[in-house]
Amino acid sequence: MAQEVCSLKAQLEEREKEISALKNKLAQLEKKGHGSELKLQNKVEPLSPLSGKPALSNQDIMRYSRQLLLPELGVKGQLNLSKTSVLVVGCGGLGCPLAQYLAAAGIGRLGLLDYDEVELSNLHRQVLHGEENQGQAKALSAAESVQRLNSTVECIPYHLQLTPENALQLIQQYDIVADCSDNVPTRYLVNDACVLSGTPLVSASALRMEGQLTVYNYKGGPCYRCLYPVPPPPETVTNCSDGGVLGVVPGLMGCFQALEVIKIASGQGSSCSQQLLMLDAQDLRFRSIRLRPKQAGCAVCGENPSVTRLIDYEAFCGSAAADKCRKLHLLSNNQRITVQEYKSIVDNSSPHILLDVRPLVEVEICNLPFSLNIPLSSLEDRRSEDIQLLQERVSQLKQQMAGDSQPAVYVLCKQGNDSQKAVQVLEKMSGSEVDSIAVKDICGGLVAWAMKIDPTFPQY
Amino acid sequence: MAAPVALHLEFGGGAELLFSGQKEHHVTLPSQSEPWDMKQLLVWIQRNLLKERPELFVQGDSVRPGILVLINDADWELMGKLDYQLQDKDNVVFISTLHGG
Repeated sequence: MAQEVCSLKAQLEEREKEISALKNKLAQLEKKGHGSELKLQNKVEPLSPLSGKPALSNQDIMRYSRQLLLPELGVKGQLNLSKTSVLVVGCGGLGCPLAQYLAAAGIGRLGLLDYDEVELSNLHRQVLHGEENQGQAKALSAAESVQRLNSTVECIPYHLQLTPENALQLIQQYDIVADCSDNVPTRYLVNDACVLSGTPLVSASALRMEGQLTVYNYKGGPCYRCLYPVPPPPETVTNCSDGGVLGVVPGLMGCFQALEVIKIASGQGSSCSQQLLMLDAQDLRFRSIRLRPKQAGCAVCGENPSVTRLIDYEAFCGSAAADKCRKLHLLSNNQRITVQEYKSIVDNSSPHILLDVRPLVEVEICNLPFSLNIPLSSLEDRRSEDIQLLQERVSQLKQQMAGDSQPAVYVLCKQGNDSQKAVQVLEKMSGSEVDSIAVKDICGGLVAWAMKIDPTFPQY
Repeated sequence: MAAPVALHLEFGGGAELLFSGQKEHHVTLPSQSEPWDMKQLLVWIQRNLLKERPELFVQGDSVRPGILVLINDADWELMGKLDYQLQDKDNVVFISTLHGG
């Protein structure tokens, strides 16, 4: 009898353990966004309609309590957020903080688009990605981070390039678009697709220590083209990998974007239509500018639009829809040498001048020994101290060399664009402003040097 | 004769790099028979302030595409653009559009 009681108790205990394990498993699955898994999209597919919440659950009330207390938002605003879908174009320095705050605030659906993968040089500003995400699709990395923050938000990661072929189909499926991209063609493409689909566009940009923000195509206000009917000449556009950017600057601008998206989505409305907010982070100064209204003559949102469907934006802007650097071809082959050829010149101790034409701030990051630094801008300006310095080095070299041969000057920069421009400037100066020299460009610059000659040389 | 016009000029968004990195310039346009307008100011800037590569700042008789001009914190499009007649103590900002993200 006593034995039987013991055995039954043991069996019961066993079953209770099983039940508890099953309960745990169920709770975990439920926690994980109603059992939904993130699926990386490589193409645009139709989405099911977003229903939103009919009412707030107790969980919702607790989670959003601090913003529910704001009369500006309230329960109605919170429910509106849950009914809104937002497409974030670009999961970089702007897109990361934007997506983070939208998810935290309880936006209904978040489309996260980026064609790129996470790199080490992204992490100082693209704060949703971690060290372990390097090499992973940015869209997926961002979606996973956001999902950890708020599993009730539906996240759709798109690992694809926005193109004239897919943009309209994608953007039509969202209520609001946030432009967090990093290049001019994409900015025109997103604008035109938003105008054609009647979607408000919250647009921000950042570079160095400055940021800009405007809401386009909203409540009868102007669109991007009303302000910028003609794209800038490609050579005047600086990207973050050339010009640099302090991480917190896109961070601030992305937060402002989140603010305006939340105001539009919740029903409060944005006050940034026909306004440009500018941030000068160096002087920590904000400026709000009254912009022109919607332009009757605008090519896409005007009275007689010439752009009635999406066009080829790379051709329109004369540049690629990426922030990768362009490769210039200004010189003929006999004006250039490869890094391998330069290596053998060094190995043979052939007398020459190695002229590094990068700005001082970059030379301080890394440089080749024995290089002479004169920035391209100083050469272009014919800065007298620098010309004198160059002339001194040319004279010294001439003394070391036998015969009448021209002293050799090899020109170097980061990736071989500025060095080509410098060669052109130096060839003009040769024989007049300085003694006659034989100038050659080192193809591909320090990037090529690090890749092909010295893998220990730092890349930036 | 129109009296000299004192202006506060500002360059930003990278446009300051064409002016030796200096963002703010306090300038005085000399007295002349006609009132100064924006068109003349652009010529004056080219002759007196612009150090390098004018094609990165002007195109034809206006600024190049991608530079926004603000007069007293308003888009110059609202102020008459090139024909706006400059007043003493006006603030004129030339801001290059940013595209990074």
